[in-house]
Amino acid sequence: MKKSEIPDPFAAQRSNCGYETIDDQNDPVTMLLRHKDVRKTAHNYKTFTSQAVPGRIVVPSEVNIRETRQIPFEVDPPKHGAYRSVLEAWFKRPNNAEYQEVLTTMVSSIIDEMLAKESLEVVNEFALPLQSRALTLLLNTPFKESETWISWGTHVFRSEGEALDADKANVLYDYIDSELDRAIANPSDDLYSVLMQSDFDGRKLSKEEAKGVMVLTFAGGRDTVINAVTNAIAYFADHPESLERLRKEPEIITNAVEEMIRYFSPLTHMGRVVTEDTQVCEHAAKADSRVSLCWASANRDENVFENPDEIVLDRKINPHVGFGFSHHNCLGATHARQIMRILLKELSEKIESIDILDLKENIEQWGKFQRKVGYHKISVKFNAITP
Amino acid sequence: MAKITFITSDEQRITVEGFSGSVMALAVENGIKGIDGDCGGVCSCATCHVHVAPEDVSKTGEASEIETDMLELDDHADQYSRLSCQLQISEVLDGVVLRVAK
Repeated sequence: MKKSEIPDPFAAQRSNCGYETIDDQNDPVTMLLRHKDVRKTAHNYKTFTSQAVPGRIVVPSEVNIRETRQIPFEVDPPKHGAYRSVLEAWFKRPNNAEYQEVLTTMVSSIIDEMLAKESLEVVNEFALPLQSRALTLLLNTPFKESETWISWGTHVFRSEGEALDADKANVLYDYIDSELDRAIANPSDDLYSVLMQSDFDGRKLSKEEAKGVMVLTFAGGRDTVINAVTNAIAYFADHPESLERLRKEPEIITNAVEEMIRYFSPLTHMGRVVTEDTQVCEHAAKADSRVSLCWASANRDENVFENPDEIVLDRKINPHVGFGFSHHNCLGATHARQIMRILLKELSEKIESIDILDLKENIEQWGKFQRKVGYHKISVKFNAITP
Repeated sequence: MAKITFITSDEQRITVEGFSGSVMALAVENGIKGIDGDCGGVCSCATCHVHVAPEDVSKTGEASEIETDMLELDDHADQYSRLSCQLQISEVLDGVVLRVAK
């Protein structure tokens, strides 16, 4: 098995039964594994709500460590749409040419930094700084803020050995509180200030609502982006021919990014709370129980994808759910896609090959399933293209 | 070459010319409001949804199963719905009118 391979632990269960119930802090979750069920359930917000007690739709549940409702993530239509329309234009800024130019400079310069090293640890020395620096662009905050975010480590809620770290969450909440207070006292043109000045439902957005948006922006785009970037590096280490292909055919980069998001599925699953007794995939789901939409499993569904366990760089039809699906699809997807597209372009233009020196996989445990989502550590050497 | 007309949600009528590629890409190039084409045309994001004028349906043809499955879960879809990333520009499409869903 190649080192970059991400096996699909759900295959047998997906085809035999289609779901699996797992425990999570005594609030069990039934994971839905088939593409069709995942999309149908994601679409049906009335029976499968996101608007439960804050933190309950996340697996593992964050009910005990979080009170702030993440917005628009934990709000259902029609209110969800109203929040989303306040945020849409801001979160689509990554489509602007100027945004992409700045991002290209960031990506290009961090690759150059890495090329100067004998070896580098990708998660902490490359993916985390890249994610943090890029986030300054999405938030329109000073570049130096990224140093603070880098110092928090790879997951703002989790730390190694401990799935849910309340202390770390408090660091983030306190930080966001003080940034919002600053934005209230001295508005600028950053996201905090824009949120505090936004009109919503005939009034201004409250500080608690703005906090809900900021928590989502920080938490949702952290380990997901880090895993996507790190997994891409590992993939190219095993597949130097793909770097060469992208160099020769840059027009397939967009497809390649969608394919990597499908194959990597940086977020394994996301929960919903059942609002009425119902049935999904022949499973009787009781009111107030939880189900989860297993993006990682749906993205390998052999009824939808040919050769699901292979990265087909130029896959043309690719209805993956790596950014979720329907109403609650990923708010940060435009930003994430640009990071990945620019990363692939810059890597293909600068890097000949990558050597993996050492690695430690990040394997999640969901009931009986063990799923590789990325790496805790992976040391590599970047080899430049020699002119 | 094909002339394609988009009608946006604010009732603007914009006619553009395309030679090849997808209708979604043509719309994005021309900044047609409501067509984002986030996923670049792989049938994953549904941000390129259009309603084909009934008299033009014979020109655009039928949606594939994957496209239909996607549209089934879109609350704004009807029998004239298509994802414009799945419409390839050719002379056949000359003169079609597409109403942007979003």
